[in-house]
Amino acid sequence: MVTMAESAAEVDARSRMTKGGRRQRWLRRAPLLPALVLVIVVTQLPFLTTLVISSFQWNVLSPGQRSFSGLTNYVTVFTDERLRSAAVNTVTLTASVVILSLLLGLLLAVLLDRKFVGRGLARTLLIAPFLVMPMAAALLWKHAIYNPEYGLINGTLNAVWQLFGADRGPVISWVDSFPMPALVASLVWQWTPFMMLILLAGLQSQSNDVLEAARVDGASGVATFRFLTLPHLRRYLELAALLGAIYVVQAFDHVFTITQGGPGAATTNLPYEIYLTMFREYEYGEAAAAGVVAVVGTIIVSIFALRVVSSLFHEEVTR
Amino acid sequence: MTGTVSAEFVDRRPAPHKTGVPPRPRHRGVTSDVHRGGIRWALVAWTMTLLFFAPVAWMALTSFHREVDAATNPPSLFAELTFEQYGQLFDRGVTPFLINSAMASCVSTLLVVMLAVPAAYALSIKPVKRWTDVMFFLLSTKMLPLIAALLPVYLVVQRLNMLDNVWTLVVFYTAMNMPIAIWMLRSFLAEVPREVLEAAQVDGANLLHVLWHVVRPIAMPGIAATALICIIFSWNEFLFALNLTATRASTAPVFLVGFITNEGLFLARLCAAATLLSLPVLIIGFAAQNQLVRGLSLGAIK
Amino acid sequence: MSRQNLRRALSVVSVLGAVSVLLASCAGAGGSSGGDGSAGDGDSGAVNVLMVGNPQMEDLAQLTEDNFTADTGIDVNFTILPTSELRDRVTQDVATQGGQYDVVTVGGYEVPIWAENGWLAELGDAASGDQSYDYGDLLDPMVTSLGGPDGGVYALPFYGESSFLMYRTDVFEDEGLTMPERPTWPEIADLAAEVDEARSDMAGICLRGLPGWGELFAPLTTVVNTFGGTWFTEDWDAEVDAPEFREAVEFYVELVREHGQAGAAQSGFTECLNTFGQGNAAMWYDATSASGPLEDPAASKVAGDVGYVHAPVVQTDASGWLWVWALAVPETTQQPEAAQEFAHWATSKEYEELVGEELGWSRVPAGKRQSTYDIPEYAEAAEAFGQITLQAIEEADPVDPGVQPRPTVGVQYVTIPEFADLGTKVSQEISAAIAGQGSVEDALENGQELAETIAENYR
Repeated sequence: MVTMAESAAEVDARSRMTKGGRRQRWLRRAPLLPALVLVIVVTQLPFLTTLVISSFQWNVLSPGQRSFSGLTNYVTVFTDERLRSAAVNTVTLTASVVILSLLLGLLLAVLLDRKFVGRGLARTLLIAPFLVMPMAAALLWKHAIYNPEYGLINGTLNAVWQLFGADRGPVISWVDSFPMPALVASLVWQWTPFMMLILLAGLQSQSNDVLEAARVDGASGVATFRFLTLPHLRRYLELAALLGAIYVVQAFDHVFTITQGGPGAATTNLPYEIYLTMFREYEYGEAAAAGVVAVVGTIIVSIFALRVVSSLFHEEVTR
Repeated sequence: MTGTVSAEFVDRRPAPHKTGVPPRPRHRGVTSDVHRGGIRWALVAWTMTLLFFAPVAWMALTSFHREVDAATNPPSLFAELTFEQYGQLFDRGVTPFLINSAMASCVSTLLVVMLAVPAAYALSIKPVKRWTDVMFFLLSTKMLPLIAALLPVYLVVQRLNMLDNVWTLVVFYTAMNMPIAIWMLRSFLAEVPREVLEAAQVDGANLLHVLWHVVRPIAMPGIAATALICIIFSWNEFLFALNLTATRASTAPVFLVGFITNEGLFLARLCAAATLLSLPVLIIGFAAQNQLVRGLSLGAIK
Repeated sequence: MSRQNLRRALSVVSVLGAVSVLLASCAGAGGSSGGDGSAGDGDSGAVNVLMVGNPQMEDLAQLTEDNFTADTGIDVNFTILPTSELRDRVTQDVATQGGQYDVVTVGGYEVPIWAENGWLAELGDAASGDQSYDYGDLLDPMVTSLGGPDGGVYALPFYGESSFLMYRTDVFEDEGLTMPERPTWPEIADLAAEVDEARSDMAGICLRGLPGWGELFAPLTTVVNTFGGTWFTEDWDAEVDAPEFREAVEFYVELVREHGQAGAAQSGFTECLNTFGQGNAAMWYDATSASGPLEDPAASKVAGDVGYVHAPVVQTDASGWLWVWALAVPETTQQPEAAQEFAHWATSKEYEELVGEELGWSRVPAGKRQSTYDIPEYAEAAEAFGQITLQAIEEADPVDPGVQPRPTVGVQYVTIPEFADLGTKVSQEISAAIAGQGSVEDALENGQELAETIAENYR
């Protein structure tokens, strides 16, 4: 990093004698460079290594048999049905979690934007799920909530049933019967507060005057929400969806803990499938190829989402 | 805007309804409707709040139960309370793991802020050409499935002889949180009035001076929100902590999975560990929630 | 102007310089973070041990400092992880020569494979040369399953287990049922149906359904063995879709679906222990090591009410599995002597006595030494299950566990690296069938395809 800075200074010194424009450009870049260099070193070098590994036939359990195999791993990846279904599961999981937690977050934000008894406390309690360690949350949901014998849901059902005189409540195996919804629910629980915070911030940045004017003009609450608040919230909704999607696409702790990708491969998403290839088959080359394909796929989807759909990335007037 | 929000939350509890008119009516409904609507509103809001908070409350409660009471059906709410599980946590030596986690998350967050503020400056206040491309590149690095980077990172760290070292995690978490931090901070810095900056530059202030005396005070809520998000993500990170550390540098999530015994009842144990290990972040998050709301609201504007 | 720019550039340099100095100093500072306990204090002379999070290992972590370290002056740091994370970590560390661990707990499945790859140090020679260690006291099946291709022994057994059938004596008495000393699977199915009929508050039987070669396929492979099936024949023909294999799996899936516990597809050993320990099942077929926690009144509601009989059979005389958690020393260790000394101590008679005296005799890591069962205190503490455990281990034959000769050594697993993946994938689909999604037929057809691909490598 010192070299980086020195070269910036060097360029600076040289450019003083030549054109001012070049120096100016480097001056503008200089503050960006340390952060950028760090990100490139830590994320892009591993990515390049992944590219290299993906061209090898490399099973760790057969040491000494590592060999260059060109694109063979990619052929395997593209013809692997499990990987295709993992891609579909990733999309399903990410989309449902992001959409549901956005909707719930919006509802909660609207509720919290009004005054009511104990609002501050309610907001504090609502933030909690986002702060609980994901690994802890996943274990908590699997064992303390979904467990059919002594989990909180079946336990509560049982208590209610017994309250009404029944012998025993229904015993529902949530993770077996509804694997994907069970996974989605636990992730929605974690991400809703995050969405809620962003949207609440959006609601509170809305100007009172406009809303007041709408009310004076006789607009109904629903109409005000539909035509004034929602458009105002658009950027906030997009920001929340974007940040949420970035993290939910990577969801690993929950899948690993709650369903182990099952039953069958019904909830296996890409990160978990790559993990299985790496730690169950020990096919490092194949896992790397799958990783590369996943990266390229995600970037294509996100280019589409960011450049075409979102307003977050429209270039502002450069200063 | 900043002013209204903070005023809102300084006065968090509504004034008693002595006159029927709330002290400062915001946008919706007035007078007596507020009362009836208010109660319905409060009911809906509190029902949802309690639903969302129930798992956390259950976790905390169970952590004070004995194992045999933790796994009953129907759940026993009023079982005897005990600190036994927490005692076990400390017997198993949870402290070094907590110290490692604190180190990794605090130092990395500090580094993130130190590097991301200048970077955000270069992307907003005096933007480099094609800054949107830089932003996009930064975001795209967040889309690599972390798991795919696991093996190369492991191999590199191993060659550098840096396995099982807290500083490896620090560097890694710094890079992991950098894109989001720059991304958030850029929006905050875009809020700094240009006139102020120009005035400072006319005065001949250097970059550090501008950053410290002009940008920092205005962007402070944003920086606080960013730092908080970074702390949360690095405190909670599991996969890399598990793979890059062994006996010396392991962090809290790694302790958590190792603490759950494979054989025997473990529900109360699990809840105690989960509660204790989530507690630091919960406390920081609760204490800084106003900054979080203010910070995030700025973040979406530009 | 130029002066201003110079100052600006200098300030950038100084910030960067400060940051990089900080980074560099950080890097040099090393990872020690102080504190004691299991995360250790990071001095290089310490032995780093990676263990699975079973209670026996937790006891070891607890007793080491005041005994082993006090006697030898060797510091020991422990990392404790659940089974699956442990396997991932050890494989990665050993396979990439990471050298982070000096001693690791490994199972009977990994030892021969890793020994063949040259990843583990030979321990048998030194152990048999150590008079006080009494190498001959180790149970034969244990030593056999820890052998490498050259006949050397590459890990020392810490505790061993077989499998047996546990049942609730009080429930059986109430319902007027009797459990044969050596039951057959059809008898067990009938008993499960009868209990299920009579008792609404508990399942007839508890069986594992959690995907994983070491979870679902541990009990299921023993069922396959005794039904006459096998994964591979001696000549590496895949037999996954053979009638015997299918019959066994269909029997197992039907039994657990009809009379098994709720949430069976998510039940591994731990979940089953909870189910049975909370009194929610009348029978349970699983590891002999379950008896310890089941007979502990602090953790179990059924202590004293559990009867133990041999693993159910069909075509074979015995059908218990054989599993051993052993201590191995990776070749990459920097301090082989200290590591070996620790492994000797932890698997010695002396350590078993120490556990008995300090923590209670029911917590002794048994199942590896003949002499354990001759200790009067242990015999008393393990009255209900000690002898049958020893018998089950002695009867288990890792070389010939079924009706036909096998290509590798091992009862409930095939000792080839690909089995972890094969077993896991097939178990995922069978687990789905237990959850009511997908069929056994499809699962085994897919399994056969996978198995054939693997078998080709060995023919």
